[in-house]
Amino acid sequence: MKYIFYPGCSMERNARAYLDSLMAIREPLGIELEEIDDWNCCGATEFMSVSPLAGHALIGRNLALAEQQTNGTHTVMAGCSACYLNLAKTDHYMLESPQLSETINTALAAGGLHYTPGALKVRHLLDVLMHDVGLEAIQRNVVRPLQGLRVAPYYGCMILRPDFDHRFNYPEYPAQLDQILGVLGAEVIDFPMKLDCCGGHMTQISKPVALELIRRLIHAAAEYKADMLVTLCPMCQLNLDAYQAEMNHYFHTDYHIAITYFTQLIGLAFGKEAKELGFGKEFVDARPALSRIGVQVPVTEPVATPKPKRSKQALPMPSLTRDKGETRR
Amino acid sequence: MALSSADTDLESLPRLPEPPVADLSFLDKVVAATPGVPRLEMCIQCGTCGGSCPSAADMEHTPRQIFAMIRAGMSDEVLRSNTPWFCVACYYCMVRCPQEVHIPDVMYTLKSLAIRAGLYENAAGPHLSQTFSGYVEKYGRSFEFGLATRHYLRHHPISMRGMAPLGLGMLTKDRLTFTPVRIKGLKGLKAILARARELEEAAR
Repeated sequence: MKYIFYPGCSMERNARAYLDSLMAIREPLGIELEEIDDWNCCGATEFMSVSPLAGHALIGRNLALAEQQTNGTHTVMAGCSACYLNLAKTDHYMLESPQLSETINTALAAGGLHYTPGALKVRHLLDVLMHDVGLEAIQRNVVRPLQGLRVAPYYGCMILRPDFDHRFNYPEYPAQLDQILGVLGAEVIDFPMKLDCCGGHMTQISKPVALELIRRLIHAAAEYKADMLVTLCPMCQLNLDAYQAEMNHYFHTDYHIAITYFTQLIGLAFGKEAKELGFGKEFVDARPALSRIGVQVPVTEPVATPKPKRSKQALPMPSLTRDKGETRR
Repeated sequence: MALSSADTDLESLPRLPEPPVADLSFLDKVVAATPGVPRLEMCIQCGTCGGSCPSAADMEHTPRQIFAMIRAGMSDEVLRSNTPWFCVACYYCMVRCPQEVHIPDVMYTLKSLAIRAGLYENAAGPHLSQTFSGYVEKYGRSFEFGLATRHYLRHHPISMRGMAPLGLGMLTKDRLTFTPVRIKGLKGLKAILARARELEEAAR
């Protein structure tokens, strides 16, 4: 099965583990990916906040480039939920409003491009794995079942909402990711927060709001005794993983829930090496969880926090020793 | 004794105040500036949006209130509200709205109008959007290192030191890079965006 692939800026760098693990599993799953040539950023949620029409034109350029590449396939696939929604939205709104379609194409013409609304089908990686590849094909490739690993499946927002093409029949209670993790042999919990928002870019706008959104997700996963929270979006992974320490500090909690991509777990079950799947790039160490299923991850350099040196002439100061086990809520 | 109608002097009776004239120009303006078919005029004020919103508690006005204020022509109050900036674009409101109003898109429009009018109380949101978009326009790709350092220096300089482990971790784990990635068709992209802005300007 061939797809036109839109990786997006995150997958290229901060969510490299997502891209690497996808590349590692595409062959056993029979997926062929052809990257959009010279694609640009989709604008995330920020470009439209400055100029909605230019935001659609920015996305339109990617659609126009992809349309030129429709060689045997009309499906554009993205792994990042925000990229997926942006591409799907511009296509859908252009189809809905001929006037908008004309305006965007007038803008695209300035760069010698054109997009015919509806020419492409925009789909998310989860949708492709579930509905094109299928659970059976995934199960066939499992050589190392993830027996004993307790996982919380987390969908986030933009893959299920607004879901213009109705790819998911129960948008308020989806099961696709649960089912995939299930056939890998993992113990899947019925995660009540699986659709709640991770906060997106809120970490940069209001810390208290953002950290609370992160806290309730991590807290729910811990309550359900999950070893790991499994995501399918770079933004969700970044927020829950990289900001977990700051969230702990802010709320005086002590959670350590590893945040991984579903493609990494698929790769593990397929017998791939942890390093090839990008393990080790996460902030909250996934090794304790992975050791439960007998997977060893090579140790990466620990991050050193620069500590100011004490001057020899400084006066002696009393210091408090922090009780490590102390948590306050 | 009943008054005969012939005796009543209508002019001398106390006058009722004139009913206010509905000014829908701000509603029209918001709808026109929102690409696609936002259906904002269809809002029935049910409040499902605010009830579904994860950050409604921190908003000065719930989405429902904002839509009522738009209809009432309260443009200044609407554009000064923190509501659109606290929208996390989770789309819960949009899928649950019985009238299928494109709520997150309306929020994007309100943000862009607030930036244009310079009407916002807290500059963190507007500056984040502008810095992010600036890098995208300059390179064709987002540039997280530039965005993070610039945004933190501008808005959270005190907490910069506390963020050091995060930034350092991002760099050592190779999840962040000092150098931006440039696309080949930058000239074409700039021309497209410039034309889009001209068209947006002309439609206002």
